[in-house]
Amino acid sequence: MKIGALTFGGGYAMIPIIEEEVTKKRKWISEIEIMDILAISESTPGPIAVNTATYVGYKVAGIVGGIVATIGLTIPSFVIIFVISFFYQDFMKWPVIAAMFKGLKVGVIILLFSAVLRLRKGVKVNLVGTILFVSTLSIMLVFSFIDIGFKYLSLSLILLGIITGIVLTLIANKKEGSK
Amino acid sequence: MIFFELFYTFFLIGLFTFGGGYAMIPMIQEQVVSKGWITESSLTDFIAVSEATPGPFAINISTFVGNSVGGVFGAICSTIGVILPSIIIILIIAMIMKKFMKNKYVQGALSGVRPVVLALILSTALVLFIKVLFFKGTSLKGEFEFDIRSFTLLVILSSMLFIYKKVKKKNLGAIKLLGLSALLGIIIFTV
Repeated sequence: MKIGALTFGGGYAMIPIIEEEVTKKRKWISEIEIMDILAISESTPGPIAVNTATYVGYKVAGIVGGIVATIGLTIPSFVIIFVISFFYQDFMKWPVIAAMFKGLKVGVIILLFSAVLRLRKGVKVNLVGTILFVSTLSIMLVFSFIDIGFKYLSLSLILLGIITGIVLTLIANKKEGSK
Repeated sequence: MIFFELFYTFFLIGLFTFGGGYAMIPMIQEQVVSKGWITESSLTDFIAVSEATPGPFAINISTFVGNSVGGVFGAICSTIGVILPSIIIILIIAMIMKKFMKNKYVQGALSGVRPVVLALILSTALVLFIKVLFFKGTSLKGEFEFDIRSFTLLVILSSMLFIYKKVKKKNLGAIKLLGLSALLGIIIFTV
């Protein structure tokens, strides 16, 4: 729960804090184990922080532990945002706040671009990956401009990526089998 | 039933988010903005709010949307919706553990999904960039208008980031960056 309250700015910011708190201070799990857990959290669906909390909770105290850890992580954010959303509408009427948010929009653009640069390091460059990347990007851009309002576009693209990955593995397996 | 719809929508978003909060934004745009739950512009504002407040983005955004659509109970429904897929999937993986992650089909699926997620985030960034700089009311349906103030701010911020990285040899943190853009925003947009 303490981790949830202390983490600013999304899952990645949380990782060093989780490491510190869970391995060094409480000795719940080993450093090696936490690396495995982080890898799994990143590659399974769902927010990374939530995944990690569930996993650590499970390791320490079983299924109930997993659920309790996740709820503990959720409550601080939930309460803070809940309070903020009451003031949000009134706040936006002030010219200074409106100007501030215009500035923040530009900041968010930069954050998104730097997230792409950071995540890029984890992606292996190969032919199929490049094709998937380029086609997803162009489909998303084209659809944003013509606006047909298809609600499941990015979801379908993610599924397409999963299926392509599995099919390629199947093909690679066949080739190995025939040798 | 609005509560069930909130739960279901965020369950779906949680289930298909690979690789952290930002990967969630395009899906939230499609699902949540199209239902009229929040406007595109307040989603962008909220990304900044979420970065500047504690807690994971996913939980922040689902609480915020849930509350504005269906009050306290709405917020609870959407937040449970977004964390439930994680809890279920992680508990299952934790129980059968390592073998699963080393499975080559799982690895194959992941290598397919990563470039897609990267492209999704990049396209979000590009579309937002175009909207903020070139369209009135930051919507593609708005009138065309080059926003010289936002452009100036973008140039100033990017060069500050670049210099910071050169001098300090590390990236400026998200909070500091947002603090800076809020401050400069007040200066640039009120004069």
